[in-house]
Amino acid sequence: MNSIFEKGGKLYWLHSTVDAFETFLNVPDTVSLKGTHVKDSIDLKRIVIIALISTIPAALFGMWNVGYQHSLAIGAAPAFWSDFFYGLLKVIPLYVVAYIVGLSIEFASAQIRNEEVNEGYLMTGFIIPLIVPVDVPLWMLAVAVAFAVLFGKEVFGGTGMNIWNPALLTRAFLFFSYPSSMSGESTWIALRKGEALIDGATGATPLSFVNEGLDSVATQYGTSFMDMFLGTIPGSVGETSALAILLGAAILIWTGVASWKIMVSSVLGALCVGILAQLGGSDIPCYYHLVMGGFAFGAVFMATDPVTAAQTECGKWIYGFFIGAVCVIVRLFNPGYAEGMMLAILLGNTFAPIIDHCVISASISRKAKKIA
Amino acid sequence: MKFVFNFIIMSNNIVLKRGLDIPINGVAAQETVKTVKPSVVAMKPTDFKGLVPRLLVREGDKVLAGSPVMADKNCLDILFTSPVSGTVAEVVRGDKRKLLEVRIKADEAQEYVDFGVQNVASMSAEDVKALLLKSGLWTSLVQRPYGILANPQAQPKAIFISAFNTAPLAADYEYTLGSEVEAIQAGVNALAKLAQVHVSVNSASSAFAKLQNATLHTFTGKHPAGNVGVQIANISYIRKEETVWTVALPLVAAIGKLFTTGKVDLCRKVAVTGPEAVNPAYVNALPGVAMKDLESFYAGAENIRIVSGDVLSGKTIGAEGYLGFFDTQVSILKEGNTHELFGWARPLRLNQFSSTRSYFSWLCPKKKYNMDTNLHGGPRAFLMSDSFYADVLPMDIFPLYLTKACLAGDIEKMEKFGIYEVLPEDLALCEFVDPSKNYIQDIIAKGIDLMLKEMA
Repeated sequence: MNSIFEKGGKLYWLHSTVDAFETFLNVPDTVSLKGTHVKDSIDLKRIVIIALISTIPAALFGMWNVGYQHSLAIGAAPAFWSDFFYGLLKVIPLYVVAYIVGLSIEFASAQIRNEEVNEGYLMTGFIIPLIVPVDVPLWMLAVAVAFAVLFGKEVFGGTGMNIWNPALLTRAFLFFSYPSSMSGESTWIALRKGEALIDGATGATPLSFVNEGLDSVATQYGTSFMDMFLGTIPGSVGETSALAILLGAAILIWTGVASWKIMVSSVLGALCVGILAQLGGSDIPCYYHLVMGGFAFGAVFMATDPVTAAQTECGKWIYGFFIGAVCVIVRLFNPGYAEGMMLAILLGNTFAPIIDHCVISASISRKAKKIA
Repeated sequence: MKFVFNFIIMSNNIVLKRGLDIPINGVAAQETVKTVKPSVVAMKPTDFKGLVPRLLVREGDKVLAGSPVMADKNCLDILFTSPVSGTVAEVVRGDKRKLLEVRIKADEAQEYVDFGVQNVASMSAEDVKALLLKSGLWTSLVQRPYGILANPQAQPKAIFISAFNTAPLAADYEYTLGSEVEAIQAGVNALAKLAQVHVSVNSASSAFAKLQNATLHTFTGKHPAGNVGVQIANISYIRKEETVWTVALPLVAAIGKLFTTGKVDLCRKVAVTGPEAVNPAYVNALPGVAMKDLESFYAGAENIRIVSGDVLSGKTIGAEGYLGFFDTQVSILKEGNTHELFGWARPLRLNQFSSTRSYFSWLCPKKKYNMDTNLHGGPRAFLMSDSFYADVLPMDIFPLYLTKACLAGDIEKMEKFGIYEVLPEDLALCEFVDPSKNYIQDIIAKGIDLMLKEMA
């Protein structure tokens, strides 16, 4: 690094930024000074890049789906490439805003704390555009990102110290601050100026009809399990295709970056409550909950965030189950808000330390009873 | 729940499922290529945790092998005796006159202090203790918790001996000490006078599985199964206000020789290992032997790091340094102070090892790697969950919680999460696999220092 960026140099205030770009290009030449003389090759950059790769199928599918839903809504014939580019052009501004706002804050706070810039935001910034409605006004997104990064992460000390998943905080901020832009019929499909929905089309997601019965949406899109599994339904950009998300889950589980226990247990939790609800008279098959709305995306990419999830093995089972169960409870028993996954995960994040505390206390008292 | 299935206890056969063998190049061939005739040997007070040394000699004094050189100020009975006969050449001090090294120039012919041949069977515990203290071999006893010098007044719950090594490239005790079973048996007999002795072996066919007068345990598993701390945790973990002692196997042999020959003979086979070692093999050497005397193993190499001990918890000593008292291994590595363009993003990087599947090293499980000292990343806050670290630590503790408690200096939590059971070396693998590149062993060591200070 050039000496003007070192302490005392004129451009020291750019130190963290320069360091971030330098280490981005190069594995640095730093060596282990104490402790183990050799190190595993894995580092945060590698973990983040793998997590990013795992979300790419969902992102690409989501971009195509934005265009596809647009074609359906205005009554045009869907065409693969034009749909994809329509979606791409809609999503890219979201990425630009999410990264510029988030990374600026991240770089500045790294400099203030005199630390290296943490890679964690690369993943957060990649996920944020995938979980917001595609037509969200960019200034709202900017405000939400700034709030989530500042108050969700930096005030706690940065990545690794945060309590809640920052990407979900962005969405929660949008949801509670600008509810009219976050739900309803016109939100989930991106239209150009002057375009209108064709008769009988609706921009609402199938989830919005949970309380009215599924039949009402069947006019526009199939609401068969297969449609929702493949993801050809309206919704947040990246959340619709359970298939693409499963691909990502496979990468995460195989590389060990995310915990399969959390994913499996959240599915179990959702199924359990779904079955109970079905027995109690709900007409939605329990497995529909797995492919509707943000459940799959949340369970795979957001609940598994190792910083905010439960830390212990047993705790992960409880935490995942809790999230799955709460998600379906919110969906079925709260007429005001159709999507429960965001709140379920944020609640799960909040309870994760308590879950771990209980698991550890139990383990310690079991150990104390063991006969020496 | 978490730990119930991690080990299966069948009589004294303990299978540890968690751990990691690091595939690093440079294992020592099983031949002893030379006997190092030392020119200068250094005694390093820093090898002993908790030692406040009082120097008993001056520069120019003559000493024999077994003559006292230092004592512990806190317990003047604990003597540190010279491993060679010669002349005290230099006393090296650091900041605030801290005693770093006592260098002794060795004589051509070795003379030993005669402590007399003993009949262990007729000795009392006090006699054994007195002889060990007088001969300086008491210092081979390590007291847990905290890994400090054993307190002669303490009555330990038991004495634990690990009869196998699992650390990367570590000396193979079957080779180095397989022929000294008699001496080890004599050492065990002496130690058994002090407390019950537990010996852990890695197979029933081990040369040390025949040892009498001790409880035998068989451990199967990857590193750190050979760490005595891990063995204790799985045999009978250390509770608050309990103490145990541990002795390294080569030093048990030295204790045995003291009782059977009356001499302090610390000569041991030392494995010279590592990716940068030329023809890695064993040498006969004394503790404190100079690295200069091992120059043939690294002659001409530049930009290398010489470590006394293994690559996980050894100390960097450099070409001018001296072998540690407890070490039976020297590791020679390349310094990884080079850049690698787009390193983290290059998908393959087949020459990199990772215990996770984030690299492709899982495709070639038998491959060995020329590892260097590069950090492979930058320091970050802890990101992975506790279980990521627990996967390489077969103990019933929560390593990340313990580490964080040490960072916070929260004694109550440190106690709760198992500070009594661990030494930094036990968490070395957690440090190795840590993607956040924290110096976990150093954090634990500082936690232990805090405990020593607060509990004193």
